Amino acid sequence: MTGVNRKGEVWVFAEQHNRQLEDTPIELLGKARRLADTLRVKLAAALLGDNVKELANMLIHYGADKVYLAEHPLLQFYQATSFAKVMTGLIGKYKPQIVLYGATVTGRDLAPRIASAIKAGLTADCTDLQIGDHKAIKDGNLHKNLLFQIRPAFGGNIIATIINPERWPQMATVREGVMPMPEPDVKRRGEVIIEKTELTQQDLPLEILQEHKQPKKVNLKAARIIIAGGAGVGSKENFKLIWDLANCLGAAPAASRAAVDLGFIDRDHQVGQTGTTVRPSLYIAVGISGAIQHQAGMTQSKKIIAINNDPNAPIFNVAHYKIIGDLNKVVPMMIKAIKSVARGS
Amino acid sequence: MGYNCVVLIKQVPDTKRITGEVMNDDGTIRRSALAAIFNPEDLNALELALQIKDKFGGHITVITMGLPAASAILRDSLFRGVDDAILITDARCAGSDTLATSYILSCAVRKTAYDIVLCGRQAIDGDTAQVGPQLAEKLGIPQITYVEELIELAGRTITARRNIGNGWQQVRTKLPVLLTVTSEANESRFAAAKKMMKYKNAMTPIEAERVVRGQMSGVGGQGSGVSETQIKKLVDKKRNELEERGLLIKQWDLDSIGADLSWCGQGGSPTKVHRIQSVVLATKESKTIEPTTNGVSDMIHELMEDKIIA
Repeated sequence: MTGVNRKGEVWVFAEQHNRQLEDTPIELLGKARRLADTLRVKLAAALLGDNVKELANMLIHYGADKVYLAEHPLLQFYQATSFAKVMTGLIGKYKPQIVLYGATVTGRDLAPRIASAIKAGLTADCTDLQIGDHKAIKDGNLHKNLLFQIRPAFGGNIIATIINPERWPQMATVREGVMPMPEPDVKRRGEVIIEKTELTQQDLPLEILQEHKQPKKVNLKAARIIIAGGAGVGSKENFKLIWDLANCLGAAPAASRAAVDLGFIDRDHQVGQTGTTVRPSLYIAVGISGAIQHQAGMTQSKKIIAINNDPNAPIFNVAHYKIIGDLNKVVPMMIKAIKSVARGS
Repeated sequence: MGYNCVVLIKQVPDTKRITGEVMNDDGTIRRSALAAIFNPEDLNALELALQIKDKFGGHITVITMGLPAASAILRDSLFRGVDDAILITDARCAGSDTLATSYILSCAVRKTAYDIVLCGRQAIDGDTAQVGPQLAEKLGIPQITYVEELIELAGRTITARRNIGNGWQQVRTKLPVLLTVTSEANESRFAAAKKMMKYKNAMTPIEAERVVRGQMSGVGGQGSGVSETQIKKLVDKKRNELEERGLLIKQWDLDSIGADLSWCGQGGSPTKVHRIQSVVLATKESKTIEPTTNGVSDMIHELMEDKIIA
């Protein structure tokens, strides 16, 4: 909508399916909490569905001050038209200054439909969000406290910071898994605002005939950081090191074919010629010797760290950072270093 | 019978082939060094339209918004079997974000008959996947995004399978509808030799004028006494010839599609660029890090400074 709105709340769209909250709204609440605190406004979640009110407390535990709850039998299954209609109504009524969505298939289906309806700006697939000021080149006007929507563009070769200075709300979808999940605080209390929702069958042009969910696969292609373990990790139990490092970087865990064949991790995580080809910003190869088939799937990574106790491992030929040493010592050191920096900021 | 399909396509820089040669030393990209290609998933959208036409008959229109050079992908579409090709080109489109683009495209699509509007899932230069759903909203029609397979088209009812990230979903709706198509949907066909012969000289009015002026300069240029009025006449003649032979690619500007200029271009775009930072591509240089607390900690700091780790 046209005009400036810097007073409204910060909102997160609380994506849920079958009364199960997705991870993305939780990740978003962690980031959005800081944005709302910087702006000194309330953080709210918009929760749409049928019989989903028990999720409202969870959203509050993860940082929401308020939950706008829109329940209706026709909201049981997501579809763009009905959800966009309800969201558009809520946004018009409560006038948030920022609305965030996960860049899931649902978020990418819904957010542009809303943006078009309310003529708001929308930035796709952000990897970071900040609050900052912008001086317009055109007229020299200073816009204070804008949402900086930061995303890779041009095949990941540039990082663009996008703003919506003259319209509201400022909206963005945020890539899955890039924001760390906050810890829930079960003592947190918040307000649940129950919204009367009116919908008719006309608002549901799609008939959902069948749905098939595969157990959640890792999306290595979309990952900005990948931690891959090889046969050198030694055992399935020890592969926990890879998961731990991945968790503290918001990275995707992956593996070489050898590690998959040894049963350390599911085949969905395999990188290489017969697995997934990846091009993350950072690829950390742990205990991977670096056969050419593995290299074929990862040399396009912008930065590669290799950790191996064999100084002649071929992986070192493509690595930007070579760490010749025992992965059982180096990986915990990395986790510690990352955590101490994260605490410092 | 048959269906009217409108396919929205985009010419994009080939971002998948960025190599050291197109990078400047400071890490920025020399865009001019990148080939301009048919956006890959738009080819899947086009292929789906062609399959619909093969099976049910009907009419396919392709529309692109872009620079005059984007006519290349319109010719490519003619080679593959579309009936009509339209270029929207206008300097006032410059700086359009996805909202302004979807508005401009909606004005153009409204001028054509459509049952099914098809787009690629997303374009490889922006990767936003926003224009499809925004266009559907502007047209007031339902959308089926992430289409992997067209299951059935029967009368005014369409059934499709869409990817939902962690699985798939089969949905049905009434026409008209907008589909965004993924690369899993099909393999796009090659250009047909016969159609290539027929359409290789298809061109837009801008290109026709360029051809005529090129020929004029060949016979003596500006000083040759050929007046501007005569050139205009020759251009008109060339256009008429092309049109008679079915080789004129339609060219529309914002006036001809009745667009409200306040919703177009930079002024009509809510999103602005605050800053662009280059990501310096991997160099061949490598460092050896000591496997010690200090060595590892320095490396982590360096990666944060380089914005590799957020």
